Amino acid sequence: MAKENLQQIASQVRRDIVRMVTSAGSGHPGGSLSATDILTALYFEVMEHNPATWSRDGKGQDMFILSAGHLAPVYYSVLSRAGYFPTSELGTLRKMGSRLQGHPSIRRSLPGVTQTSGSLGQGLSVAAGLALAKKMDGDKHRVYVLCGDGECEEGQIWEGAQFATHHSLGNLIGITDWNGQQIDGSVDSVCGGGDFQLKWQAFGWNTVTADGHDMEAIVTAFAKAAEMGKKTNRPTMILFKTDMGHGVDFMAGTHKWHGKAPSEEQCAAALAQLEETLGDY
Amino acid sequence: MKKYIDTGKKDTRSGFGEGLLRAGKADSRVVALTADLKGSLKMDAFAAEFPERFIQCGIAEANMVGAAAGLAIAGKVPFIGSFAEFVTGRVYDQLRQEVSYGRTNVKIASSHAGITLGEDGATHQTMEDIALMRALPEMVVVNPCDYNQTLQATLAAARYEGPVYLRFGRPSVPNFTDPEQPFEIGKAYVMNEGRDATVFCCGHLVWEALQAAEALEAEGISVEVVNVATIKPLDEETIVASVRKTGKAIVAEEHNMAGGLGEAIAALLARKQPAPLCFMNGGDRFGETGTPAALMALYGLDAAHIVEKVKAIL
Repeated sequence: MAKENLQQIASQVRRDIVRMVTSAGSGHPGGSLSATDILTALYFEVMEHNPATWSRDGKGQDMFILSAGHLAPVYYSVLSRAGYFPTSELGTLRKMGSRLQGHPSIRRSLPGVTQTSGSLGQGLSVAAGLALAKKMDGDKHRVYVLCGDGECEEGQIWEGAQFATHHSLGNLIGITDWNGQQIDGSVDSVCGGGDFQLKWQAFGWNTVTADGHDMEAIVTAFAKAAEMGKKTNRPTMILFKTDMGHGVDFMAGTHKWHGKAPSEEQCAAALAQLEETLGDY
Repeated sequence: MKKYIDTGKKDTRSGFGEGLLRAGKADSRVVALTADLKGSLKMDAFAAEFPERFIQCGIAEANMVGAAAGLAIAGKVPFIGSFAEFVTGRVYDQLRQEVSYGRTNVKIASSHAGITLGEDGATHQTMEDIALMRALPEMVVVNPCDYNQTLQATLAAARYEGPVYLRFGRPSVPNFTDPEQPFEIGKAYVMNEGRDATVFCCGHLVWEALQAAEALEAEGISVEVVNVATIKPLDEETIVASVRKTGKAIVAEEHNMAGGLGEAIAALLARKQPAPLCFMNGGDRFGETGTPAALMALYGLDAAHIVEKVKAIL
């Protein structure tokens, strides 16, 4: 898909996110906006997947796990825009009876959601289990998992990192939405010790860094990661440099919109900055 | 009363190991994971027979739970094994999110449960694990009574679709149940029929209760012994029917009071068949270093104490 087309989809996804969170009156717009370009590229260009034949076991397809479950708005929008479920359902986010629970859940049989997430630090382990199963079954497809950089303060991330290296999971590709922000402030001010990229390398992972808001760079980084994984038989982490709240000027680059819904006025101000490309839900 | 013969003491964890091997032979989807406790969990035979299906996780239990959930989503039937404390309390949130709420077909093999872990002391002696696992929605909680039943329960867990907590222990204990009897999840086994009181129990306390019943029979007291091997879901029909007949009950378990078998049965009887009840358990405390036998005597969890309690409740 041409870079321009991916950018158009991303613009619509950002509109969806802002409208969904405003309508819900709560949720996490900041991280969703920072991961929008990455997830758009992943679902519309990179992954081998088919909504029509998707099943939870992921057999014969690439798989994705959203470890940072609070990025549910971007996840739901991308899944829906990719054809997993009707876009008309996006307006039900966080409402009673909705399949779009506040954090992704497998309990409501929402197509495209492979595992429940939201309690941070656990998705990498699940993805490693999926990647190991694919290896055991001779399925050549890959498993992708998205974590936040703040999320990597969880110790289990590093348990998962050593497990993936030990079991030679070259088919596992990690994605970090490296926006440098978390609820209480910047990652550096909260608990950001050490060199983030070197940590992954020390655990035996290949690393790739790229601009997480440049479609061409994103697609190239995924291709490079796939190649490195195949060649080295080791897992690969792509560190995407992003801005929390990207695309909406008053939300960008601050932790303040990590978990806050815009007012109606703020929503209108945000939408004025985001082109409606595919039609609002 | 019905006679049970101890065919020779065996550890229940070896029953698990043999069950795992057989389950692995019967179903190629079965995989085994451990956090550096392959030997303690008796997974050696499975690992030797199916090296490609044995997954060493290192001392990292949280990741083991997540990886098992991933394997289960992909269609495997994973058994994760560690000491009871480290596959429950240490990873409660991982089990809640990835296995219970995430509804993955993971089997939790929990060895060295209770004070009979012995000399390692209270850090390793969980007396709270049943409470934690009962609290998880839809979790099946099983605590078989001897080697033979643990082997059969392992096979039943492998066949069952959904999360199962399978609890067993470290020391060798009497082995007396029928080795060929398939295990039914959700069934309480009436080991001995009686009239005067019921002793509900699980794990190796079933043998102690049978010894107590035999001693009491000699004094003209008829005790019904019910092996509540599945603690959740409870076999309500069997339990209520027994108390309707005997009118009095004792619940004995190697677990603390809070959230254990005793409270589960008390809640059931309060609703359906109120009766005088007596509890034999660890109370509300931590264990300590000692031999398994010395600790069971200290806690009053043996046949002699069951005899006393039955007499007291009559």
